[in-house]
Amino acid sequence: MTAPAIELKGISKAFGPVQANKDISISVAPGTIHGIIGENGAGKSTLMSILYGFYKADKGQVWIKGQRTAIPDSQAAIAAGIGMVFQHFKLVENFTVLENIVLGAEDSGMLMPSLRRARKELKALEEEYELFVDPDARIDEIGVGMQQRVEILKALYRKAEILILDEPTGVLTPSEADQLFRILDRLRAEGKTIILITHKLREIMEYTDTVSVMRRGEMTATVKTAETSPEHLAELMVGRKVLLRVDKVPARPGAPILEIENLRVVDEVGVERVKGIDLTVRAGEIVGIAGVAGNGQSELLEVLGGMRAGSGSIKLHGTSLPLEGSGADASARRLAHIGHVPEDRQREGLIMDFHAWENVAFGYHRDPAYNSGLLMDNAALRADTAAKMEKFDVRPPDPWLAAKSFSGGNQQKIVVAREIERNPELLLIGQPTRGVDIGAIEFIHKQIVALRDQGKAILLVSVELEEILSLADRVAVMFDGMIMGERPADQTDEKELGLLMAGVAGEAA
Amino acid sequence: MDKMPKWADVVLIPLISLLLAAILSALVILGIGEDPVAAVKLMVQGALGSTYGWGYTLYYATNFMFTGLAVAVAAHAGLFNIGGEGQAMLGGLGVALVCLLIPWPHWSLALIFAALGAGIFGAAWAAIPAYLQAKRGSHIVITTIMFNFIAAAVLNYVLVNVLRPEGSMDPATARFPEAVHLPSLHELLAPIGISFSKSAPANVSLLVAVGACLFVWLLVWRTPLGYEIRSLGKSEPGARYAGISPVRTVMIAMLISGALAGMMAVNNVMGEAERLVLNATEGAGFIGIAVALMGRNHPFGVFLAAILFGFLYQGGAELALWTSIPRELIVVIQALVILFTGALDNMVRMPLEKIFLAVRKGRS
Repeated sequence: MTAPAIELKGISKAFGPVQANKDISISVAPGTIHGIIGENGAGKSTLMSILYGFYKADKGQVWIKGQRTAIPDSQAAIAAGIGMVFQHFKLVENFTVLENIVLGAEDSGMLMPSLRRARKELKALEEEYELFVDPDARIDEIGVGMQQRVEILKALYRKAEILILDEPTGVLTPSEADQLFRILDRLRAEGKTIILITHKLREIMEYTDTVSVMRRGEMTATVKTAETSPEHLAELMVGRKVLLRVDKVPARPGAPILEIENLRVVDEVGVERVKGIDLTVRAGEIVGIAGVAGNGQSELLEVLGGMRAGSGSIKLHGTSLPLEGSGADASARRLAHIGHVPEDRQREGLIMDFHAWENVAFGYHRDPAYNSGLLMDNAALRADTAAKMEKFDVRPPDPWLAAKSFSGGNQQKIVVAREIERNPELLLIGQPTRGVDIGAIEFIHKQIVALRDQGKAILLVSVELEEILSLADRVAVMFDGMIMGERPADQTDEKELGLLMAGVAGEAA
Repeated sequence: MDKMPKWADVVLIPLISLLLAAILSALVILGIGEDPVAAVKLMVQGALGSTYGWGYTLYYATNFMFTGLAVAVAAHAGLFNIGGEGQAMLGGLGVALVCLLIPWPHWSLALIFAALGAGIFGAAWAAIPAYLQAKRGSHIVITTIMFNFIAAAVLNYVLVNVLRPEGSMDPATARFPEAVHLPSLHELLAPIGISFSKSAPANVSLLVAVGACLFVWLLVWRTPLGYEIRSLGKSEPGARYAGISPVRTVMIAMLISGALAGMMAVNNVMGEAERLVLNATEGAGFIGIAVALMGRNHPFGVFLAAILFGFLYQGGAELALWTSIPRELIVVIQALVILFTGALDNMVRMPLEKIFLAVRKGRS
């Protein structure tokens, strides 16, 4: 038997009192795709950072191809044949593909010889792995999927034998993701070893040979993918049985609550982001907006939530709401009973330095219930926070804790509790489960469905197609500021939505 | 989980920083051939050893409380108001006009309206940079600095050409009428049997300053407006999400900030000089930045830091008077205090956090 491509033995790493990695051992066979799955904060990224030389392990050893190897920095990792494709690409936007690939790996003080050599080698790599890119295109002119290929090429150019990919499909359309996995297949066939870090069970099941599950800094299991099931993996991740599908009865849509007509949004630099949208959300239904990030969904939510101006018409219960001026701000929207869980809870939905109880008033701080006379009634606010924390199972249930001290899932529960407990007629909800652990996802989905079943209207924006398909009753796909098509959620699939997300018109799909 | 207990953050770190500044200052004094122990003794004796010394220390501290609070309120909104100096100058103009143009029957009434006048003038001076920041995105640090110079020029013009009494060679207003004379601490404390130096300038404005500390505390931590100011200061996208208008909140925070800086004039113009002279502010607007920095933008911290800087000011003056240590060295000491409590905060904080973490780990 050949030596494992990578073997970790008893890796431990602590950040202050937090044990991020606890006695982790894995062994990855060469020429395989090894998945590492776990919730946010389970320690996956820390482990990979140790492997890539960003952190130094407190204890433990790294063995590469049967050799004990010290990895004090990323240079050493590259020398040992490890390549890393980060979730957020590390590319210089106004450099060409070729320049990015050479960057940091130049042969000499002069650039031209390196570039010439790189061009030749790139051609060889492209042919070997069918990884085609235009070497002279500028990074900011090519799509996200292409940029990712550049990252992979960068690693291969540096002679990587082991490729680590951190959440590689987060920013890709389904078809781009398919292409990525075809490339990975090819790399595997050529004998490369691939470590795939993801929180998507489907990718693990479809593409990996073996999978390791991490939970709270520990490696809870390593199994052959063929011998496991999504349910089993989810249970290993969370530590208890989880319901993966959203449990809901068919929607019974009532009267229209939100009617959008010809809505347009122009951003700060004059680019039209939303280009004339028509959409209706009825009482008792969840309408999901699918699309690759950056196609106008965020702007749509923001204009509805009163965070930016727009033009066209929006009606709530048949009454027109202003889209510009002081009557169109977020506090006016709240008075009109529109709740809003924003896409980015850390930047918008919460003030991270504020106590939990201060955050429960965020947006509602002038509500008479939280004020007495000129001053805020902090005692009432704290009592209210404690009640909401109990009802939404926020852990730890301490109103005095700063928002930043909660985990992502519990932060989101605070925001969702604040908005849902207001009993809004319309709930806008963006990326409800981004960076949220599986247990909390289940809980938040249940709350959204419960609100729907009370006859409220819900507009959901998510880049997770799985989430849209399981949660929404009706799906509208946005591409380039327009709605490409609407489908009942139970009469469509990822493939059809994927085509719409890529801009292929509805009729042709 | 916080890395350190709160008391370490608000008490221990400033104290260690101060100690470091003191040690370095002592070395500097040693370096110019003077005795640091004697110097400290002289400073303490001069600033705190008599009611006369206390009278000056508290007089300076009153100025610094107002300007420190002004910087603190703006800082909570995420704004760096460096214009306290100019706003305080204009506040002086407001005080002078109120005191000179209206025949007041009693000092208390005059004090209320003088404070109001000072506040309005200071706020008005802050309003223009605030508007430029909120509406046009002109950086408030730049505009408030520029407005300090404009304020000085305006005051110069007004004092020379408008308010200077006929025949006077001095660019200053006429003396304020006797009726608006503010009672000094001597006059306030005498009726309750406490004797206080007659010649020290500390006066009833000190109580106004303490009241302002209380007001700012209530405003920032107990009112919905303060909540909005703090929210905006932490996250502008967050504020927009919560329906808090950045433009409106920036304006309000800067108006309050300018008003607080302007109200300093009640102390130095009305309480001490009893007329408006050129350069009446003596840099107190800038000291306010250091005071707010050291006081961590908390009114109680500002109160304590203002007294510390009052001590440094008065003690420094004594030092310059009785030794060959030049007055400039006092500026060096003040700069060291600012450097250690403000800019080098992390230098003390990081090792301390590590110690606390290690102790906690050892215990658990």
